[in-house]
Parts: sequence; C-alpha cells; structure tokens
Amino acid sequence: MTWTLLLQHLANGVALGFVFGLVAIGYTLVYGVVKLVNFAHGDIFMMASFFVYYGIVLFSFPWWFSFVCAIFLTALLGISIEKVAYKPLRDAPRISSLCSAIGMSFLLENFATVVFGGRQKPFYQPQILSKTLDIGGVRIQLVTVVTILVSVAALLFLNYLVYRTRMGLAMRALAHDFDTARLMGINVDRTITFTFAVGSSLAAISAIFWALRYPQIWPFMGVFPGWRAFTAAIIGGIGSIKGAMTGGFLIGMISIMLVAFLPDLAGYRDAFIFMMLVLVLLFKPTGLFGEA
Amino acid sequence: MKWVIPLLLVTSLVLAAEPIVIGVYEPMTGPYAAGGQMTMEGVYLAHEQVKEVLGRPIELVLVDNKSDKVEASNAVARLIEYHKAVAIIGSYGSAVAIPGSEVANKLGVPMVGCSPTNPLVTLGKPYAFRVCFIDPFQGTVMAQFAVEKLGAKTAVVIQDIASDYSVGLSHYFQEAFKKLTKNNKSVLGVISYQTGDQDFTAQLTFANSKNPDVIFIPAAAYGEAALIIKQARELGMKQVFLGGDTWEAPEFLQVGGKAVEGSYFSTHFDTEATTTPRAAEFIKSFRAKYGKDPSAFAALGYDAYLLVVDAIQRAGSADPKAIKEALASTKNFEGATGYITLDQNGDAIKDAVIRVVKDGKFVYVTTVRPSE
Repeated sequence: MTWTLLLQHLANGVALGFVFGLVAIGYTLVYGVVKLVNFAHGDIFMMASFFVYYGIVLFSFPWWFSFVCAIFLTALLGISIEKVAYKPLRDAPRISSLCSAIGMSFLLENFATVVFGGRQKPFYQPQILSKTLDIGGVRIQLVTVVTILVSVAALLFLNYLVYRTRMGLAMRALAHDFDTARLMGINVDRTITFTFAVGSSLAAISAIFWALRYPQIWPFMGVFPGWRAFTAAIIGGIGSIKGAMTGGFLIGMISIMLVAFLPDLAGYRDAFIFMMLVLVLLFKPTGLFGEA
Repeated sequence: MKWVIPLLLVTSLVLAAEPIVIGVYEPMTGPYAAGGQMTMEGVYLAHEQVKEVLGRPIELVLVDNKSDKVEASNAVARLIEYHKAVAIIGSYGSAVAIPGSEVANKLGVPMVGCSPTNPLVTLGKPYAFRVCFIDPFQGTVMAQFAVEKLGAKTAVVIQDIASDYSVGLSHYFQEAFKKLTKNNKSVLGVISYQTGDQDFTAQLTFANSKNPDVIFIPAAAYGEAALIIKQARELGMKQVFLGGDTWEAPEFLQVGGKAVEGSYFSTHFDTEATTTPRAAEFIKSFRAKYGKDPSAFAALGYDAYLLVVDAIQRAGSADPKAIKEALASTKNFEGATGYITLDQNGDAIKDAVIRVVKDGKFVYVTTVRPSE
C-alpha cells in the first residue's frame, strides 16, 4: 500500500467519522439530560433534509436561507414531539417513553412516505460546496472540510452551553437528579424543551451535511445514520458529548479501514463494528467516556 | 314460465360478475421504490386496456413490499389468503422476489415476475415464472460488451453483499469476463458494500488502486449506483462504469448528475429497438397516459399483466393450477418487450438492450441476442 493510498483511506475515514460524530452528539445530548433514548432522532434528521428540499424546490429560497429555515423548523418539530409524545409520560416508567419514541419514529417515517412519497429525491448541492481539493494526490471534498469545522464548532458551543451558562447548569442538574433539581426551583419543562430544541437543531445540521455529502433523500434515510449514531453514542458513553464524537469517529474509521486492509471481509463490516461495541461494553460498561 | 329464462340469465350474470383477483406485490417505498412505481405504470396501463377475462371483471390488488424480504413474503401470503388472488405479479428486485415466489409456490398460486433476474426466483419452483431474461445471460452481455466493444482487459467489481441480485450478477459477469479475456486474473478485485450504505469511498479507493479498465457495479438500488459513480469522480477516477438493469431510473440521473455520463448498462427494452407490433401500440398509449417515454420496467409490468390475462383465457378458468399449466406452455406470446417463450424453468429467453447515459438521458447503444 502506497503512502498516497493510505492517506486517501485516512482522509475517507476522517470524513465519514465526523459525519457520524455530528449525528451522534445530538443523540447523546438528549439522553444526557432527559435520560431518554430518542429513537426518533434519525427521523427528525430525515424531516430536516426534506425541509431543506422543499425550501429550495417549492419556495425557491436561496440554499443558505433554506438551511437556516430547516434548522429552525426542525427545532420546532423537536419541541412539539417532546410536548406530544414524551412530556405526558414524564412520570411514567422509563420504558413507556422509550416505546413512545419508537412509535414516534414509525409515525414520522410513514408520515413522510405518505406526504413526500417513497422515491428518492436529489438534494441540492451548492456550487461552492461541491468542490474537490487535491492535496498531493489525496482528494478531499470541500464539504468534508466544512463538516469537520462545523463539528468542532458544535462541540465547542455545546461545551460552552453546558458548562458556562445558567441553562447548562440547569441541564446538568437535571441530568444529575431530576427530582432534586425540581425541588431546587429549576424549571424542568423549560429546560427539557430547550434541550430538545438544541438536540433537534443538531439533527438538522447533521442532516444538511449528510445530504450534501450523500445527495439523495427519502423517508427512511434516517434509519441507517440513526442506528450508527446510537452505536457511536454508546461506544463513547451515552450522555457524553465528546464520547459521541469519538464513537462516531471510531465507527467511521473502522468502516473505511476494514475495506482498506481486509477487502475480502468488507461484507462483514457491521460484524466488526458491533464486535467493537461488545468489547467496549465488556471492559468498560459505561462506554469510553461515560460516568458510572 | 317465460320469466324463468331471463331470471336464469340474470343470476348467471351476477354469479359470473364475481371479479377475478390478480395480486401485485411491488416495492412502492424503500431503496427500490422507483423500480416498483415504474413497473406499476405499465401494470395500470395494461389493466386499463384489458379489464375483463372469461366474462368476469379483473380486480387488481397492490400490496407494497417495502423493498424488504420479510414484507415481500407477507405481501404474497396476504394477497393469496386474504384477497384470494388467483395469480401474482411481481416483484422488482430479486432479493424480494425470491422469498415472494417461495410463498406463492408453496401456496400453489402462479407468480409472474416482471423484472427480477436472479435464477433463484424461478429455479425449482414450478409455480414461478417471469417475463424477463436471467442474470447468467445479463452478466455475459455486459462482459462481452466490455471486452469486445470497449476493449477492456481488466475489471473490478463493486457488489452489494446484501442483495441476491447483485451477488448473482457479479458472479456471472466475472465468469464471463475471465472467459472472454482468456485470463483467469483479469478480474483484479471484488469488493463489497451493503444495501443502505451511502459512503463508498473505501471501496472506490480500493478499486482505483487496482487501476482497472472498467468497473462493474451490479447495484441492487439505482440510488446507490449513482452515489458510487459520483464519489468515484470526486476521487478523481476516470474509469468507465458498467451496470445492470437496475440503473434505469430517473433518480439515477438526478442523483448522479454529470458524474454518470458515459456509463453503460444492460436492460430489457428501449423505445428505439422494439421487435413486436404490440410495442408500438404500447409506447403510443403509454405516452398518451403519462406524457413520457416508458421505462423497461413499465414495459415488463405491462407484459406480465397481459401474459397472466392471456394464461387465464387459455386455461379457460380462474383456477390457479390451470393458470399455472397455461403459463408453463407459453409460446411466442407477443409482448411489448418482445416475443415471450418460457423455458422449463419458467424463464423468458429474450434480447438484452445496452444503453448509455448521454446528456442526462438514457440513449440506445445496441441489442444483444442470446446465443443458442
């Protein structure tokens, strides 16, 4: 294997890893605060890409404006899903809201199938972002570079939000002890609504960068990244933001490196990913960065 | 007693008016959605033209198999047991047609496949038939084209390990390619991905490192094929891409854009290379109804429906067993995609068409006849 080839594989791995990581941090944020595995996250992700699509096709918005609108709309969608499907179950056993999340996931998928249709739609790619950079024979998409920058920005922003703001303090208090936080006068509903808004906006941002890289969208497009992100979040320690990013990065790298070094086993990729998950859980049940 | 005769007539009419149900299972959603929907355009058109058989109306019942193997067998079971279908049409996608034909065969109801090309759809299943050619032929067609017309000496195959269609077609292509180049090492590598994947950069970087003349992509889903080629061009790859009949979908062009220009694939039908009088009639009525040119899948759906109706007519009854016998003896049935004769496995022996992507359209290149 030549150096250029190895570097190209590394670049591919980094590109895929950051995309998975970006989806995973939204997943993990909601879990970290509300202790709810939001199985509908992948479908909120899907809805966001359709918002962008219709913004451009139906209302002929410029692409950047369509992106902004989609992020805003997705945040609203996340808040309403929380109000309808999770809030009434706040005091019920946790399994109830888990089931509700799965139901919401199916509802969104089938809603999208009925309203948007089951066929794939092409996602608009702005000229500026569809450039390819050639660095000494290694080719990287400009979108990938932007994805990495956005991921880092999202990480820094979340870090600031959670550790430096009053809202972040409330989120951490909720994550730590729900009832005590409520007794201390923290507005639980408002904090959770806020968490869902941020989580869903992150889903929208990751959907945009996913669709820019893989420009076809359809009602079930969120299933695959959703599960991948969930796995990434668990590997990294669910609830931990840097853990989710690391987990996503690891999964992306393994997916690429397996094909690169063991091409005959490429078809068994998922077996390797889930083997890693099992190993991590065996030796560190809380995940790489998780707290007991 | 004069009134007895009209009364008898009326009752017999009422009894006879009991509809004959033909069940259809096609992917309306999921990664194969476009294939299923294009097929249905042809089926609906045929149903519009022929609404009656044996003096009884035909009722068409469609169940979505969601491009899913489990859903496909459920769909066929539901069509037969709940809707009482006497014959089944479907499905696009060998991966879903194989479990579907298994169920139809077990329940003793004939199934006519429109476009599933994997041999296992009909093999060892006396109740399973199809109106299209099969992959041992399709794989050879593309290998022959690559070697003889494009002068290719080496190839790499990128296959979908989760799809029976893809693995099968990949296998037959490799076999034929090695034979035609008279070189056992002419296939430089075979690399796999899985249905649902969106990132193929690893597979492509691997393929590129082998530096082949052509890359064969027997993708089961047109969208994935388009993404593979798009990402290949982004990686700076210049090879010619070849594929199978699944590529023929508008989505392939929309998602692939400029990247898929100059890519060749084999398919079943082209409006410029028809062989039967019925084809012209079909193209005319299709354009009138939908305002566009028919796809190969629409033509196959049209043929499958008409063949089933023809078989019911020849059987003279709506009994599934009798329809199966009639289907098995199909000889020179005139369809839009050609004259259909079913062999002992229930497979049609037909020409393949090769098309190329040019200026964002599918353009006819040549027709390949099966050798005797």
